[in-house]
Amino acid sequence: MSFDLGVDSLGDLSRGAALLGTGGGGDPHVGRLLVTQALGDRTVRILDPDEVADDAFVVPVAQMGAPTVGMEKLPGGDEPVAVLRAIERHVGRTADAVIPVECGGINSMIPLFVAARTGLPVIDADGMGRAFPELQMKTFAAYGISGSPMALAGENGETAIIDTGTDDKRMEWLARGVTMRLGGIAHVAEFTMSGADMRRTAIKRTLTLGIRLGAALREARRDHRDPVAALAEVVADTEYRHLRALFTGKIVDIERRTEGGFAVGRARFASFGAADTSELELTFQNEHLVAEVDGRVVCTVPDLICVLDAETGEPITTEGLRYGQRATVIGIGTPPVMRTEQALAAFGPAAFRLGTEFRPVEELTAGTAGTAAPTP
Amino acid sequence: MRIGIDVGGTNTDVALVTGGSVLAAVKTSTQDDVTDGIMAALNELQQQHPFDPAAVKAVMIGTTHFINALVEHRRLAPTAAIRLGLPATAALPPLVDWPAPLAAALGGHGYLCHGGHEFDGRAISELDEDELKRTVEDIAARGARSIAITSVFSPVTAEFEQRAAEVVGAMLPDAAISLSHEIGRMGLLERENATIVNASLRELAVDIVDGLAAAIEGHGIAAPLYLSQNDGTLMDVDFARRYPVATFASGPTNSMRGAAYLSGLADCAVVDVGGTTSDIGIVQAGFPREATNDVSVAGVRTNFRMPDVLSLGIGGGSRVRPDGGTDGGPVVGPDSVGFRLGSEALVFGGPTMTATDVAVAAGRAEIGDPSRVAGMDRDLVGGVLAQIAAAVTDGVERMRVSAEPLPIVAVGGGSVLLPDRLDDGAALVRPDNFPVANAVGAAIAQVGGEVDRVFSIEPGRRSAVLDDAKQEAVDRAVRAGALPDTVRVVDVDEVPLAYLPGNATRIRVKAVGELFTAP
Repeated sequence: MSFDLGVDSLGDLSRGAALLGTGGGGDPHVGRLLVTQALGDRTVRILDPDEVADDAFVVPVAQMGAPTVGMEKLPGGDEPVAVLRAIERHVGRTADAVIPVECGGINSMIPLFVAARTGLPVIDADGMGRAFPELQMKTFAAYGISGSPMALAGENGETAIIDTGTDDKRMEWLARGVTMRLGGIAHVAEFTMSGADMRRTAIKRTLTLGIRLGAALREARRDHRDPVAALAEVVADTEYRHLRALFTGKIVDIERRTEGGFAVGRARFASFGAADTSELELTFQNEHLVAEVDGRVVCTVPDLICVLDAETGEPITTEGLRYGQRATVIGIGTPPVMRTEQALAAFGPAAFRLGTEFRPVEELTAGTAGTAAPTP
Repeated sequence: MRIGIDVGGTNTDVALVTGGSVLAAVKTSTQDDVTDGIMAALNELQQQHPFDPAAVKAVMIGTTHFINALVEHRRLAPTAAIRLGLPATAALPPLVDWPAPLAAALGGHGYLCHGGHEFDGRAISELDEDELKRTVEDIAARGARSIAITSVFSPVTAEFEQRAAEVVGAMLPDAAISLSHEIGRMGLLERENATIVNASLRELAVDIVDGLAAAIEGHGIAAPLYLSQNDGTLMDVDFARRYPVATFASGPTNSMRGAAYLSGLADCAVVDVGGTTSDIGIVQAGFPREATNDVSVAGVRTNFRMPDVLSLGIGGGSRVRPDGGTDGGPVVGPDSVGFRLGSEALVFGGPTMTATDVAVAAGRAEIGDPSRVAGMDRDLVGGVLAQIAAAVTDGVERMRVSAEPLPIVAVGGGSVLLPDRLDDGAALVRPDNFPVANAVGAAIAQVGGEVDRVFSIEPGRRSAVLDDAKQEAVDRAVRAGALPDTVRVVDVDEVPLAYLPGNATRIRVKAVGELFTAP
């Protein structure tokens, strides 16, 4: 169902998008402020994906670069619109709607900002159903949409077009070079497509999901309810369906390094109770990739692994993971469209060279203690 | 001999400390006039334990004046914020995320100018001095007297903030100037917010610091005066006049450091039981473990370093409802009679049953008139104390970071509510002078130096870069007044910045040492 979104919903979306960021995706707080400033007391039209015309020209817009740079060098404000106009000029078509490339992190907000500035509607769907570290890790790519042509924009009004045909890897590599020259952060438009292609390849209603997850966390805290149970209720009636509490404990070790421009590392969580010696190990590359309890995999990409503050339920990013933090780790199953052979080739364990097979979180955790079943 | 003073919202605690021991300590009521309050407390200390003012080598004060002024929107200076970063950052101008009444209370003037750097030190755009001068003219016309200057990536290079300060200083010689790279960390809005908050407190800081100095002098003490900072280290009065914002979390920090010192335990959990809450924190190597989330103060998002504290709604003034529980049993808190304990509690002839009444009935404390609670039901007393013990046991367990046994130190006036052993068998350490641990924490504070910047680490250069950062932190501690031989690095944290080649890494190093005092 389509609806109008005002600034009142941005707090919930921000919190939900941080959760769907699975540790990465950049801080939605800045995105929320951007949309709040641009929107004022107006609203943005959010289009249900099933209500978009087949021949509509759909443009995904996003921010790419280092989240830490994004916290310091804020946008001038014209870049996200400039990049939309640049891709329109290059393709020779006018956008009918914008769409998020990822519903996790700050990129849930960038299309809303463009919409607030241009009056365009935003489609309630995205290409990741979460956040991923690389541009080609999208359902759009997995199901045959080409990333090129791609536009990038910086704060000085400059734009660049990259067209590598069907080679998305090379597009990503060139785009990272341009992003570096732009100061480590750029606004981009890519994977332009028709309304019909969008419906075939996107994860549907993920803005709504973000808002509902954020609202569930807010209300759970207000009512002193278990935040994990509240999230599980929301997930249960979406295509994600399954939510499992994987572990609750304290971070006892963190190891980080930079590899190929990514923040990679591991965090170890130990159980609170002195009697319980089990541990969870979390592997991350900007986003959380694998969770293992005592050496046994309990959740792996593309299923979502989220770390929540044990007291408040607030999502914690990989950059925010600190020794001694008390946290609950949860796993959320991805929709079926993200678990097919093509999808797993694009962003399953093998795409991250993890050496483990994908198995759904609901299978990996079947019959184990600590499983959170949705309460009626 | 040193004197530590903790000025809280309700109580002003004073401790006289020498060598390794506390000579005397007093608890007095906080007064509206800062000078009068400190004078009264020092007089009481002198009565309890006569001392020669000339023998006092240093006075350390922890105060909530500045954070309270911000929360209550009191005595804030008319402030202007200049940001250097155009054409970037214009989408979110200064003060964008402030509560409107607070922004209005300090004038709410924000300006965007050219300048700022990229993460690797390239300029976003050059500083435009003519633009800056026009901005300063407008600031002067609007009557702002305190100016916060924030440049993008100033933690990497402070060049533009320093040049802008010269321009502003030449045009407005009487204005107070606060530079963001001296105040906050990476994260533009949070650092800028902290800088604006600091700027708004600069005039009050001069008044308060002068008032504190007058009180000390009035007592014949010629020793230097220091204020305690969020991280448990000290700043001298000149620094305090320029950086009042650094005092914001000194209360819990001093309490935890004092507990560690009094108990002789450098690694411990601390439970500080006050009138309304029990605050649980972890001390590692003598310093409180820091919270990792961004902290909002008076509705303003900042990235100050604050100690990681778990607050439970249990204190000496907590209301006790004998049959308020779902099982018909007693319930303690979370509401408290607070500063009205002296009139509300049963032992003071009041109508309200409080945790203090239960402690008196159990024989753990002698406060007020014990006969008023002598007939209290034994099961009720046992039930309430068991509930408090269970809550504190659970809280300590949640804060612990390893299964290794961790000693637990109980301090604060309300800690008589706690048993000698928690439910998991862990013994509580109750050091002498536990009610004034916060003042003792102020008295023993050390001097620190810190580095927090983005470094570009070339292959094979990691340890050299880390060594440079450590040396810089040590040098800063020495410049701040630490005895060089005592300075050591207490914290190193590296975070690689995602997506950037060249191994851009944010490195934080903290070094501390003993304060050098004249013989």
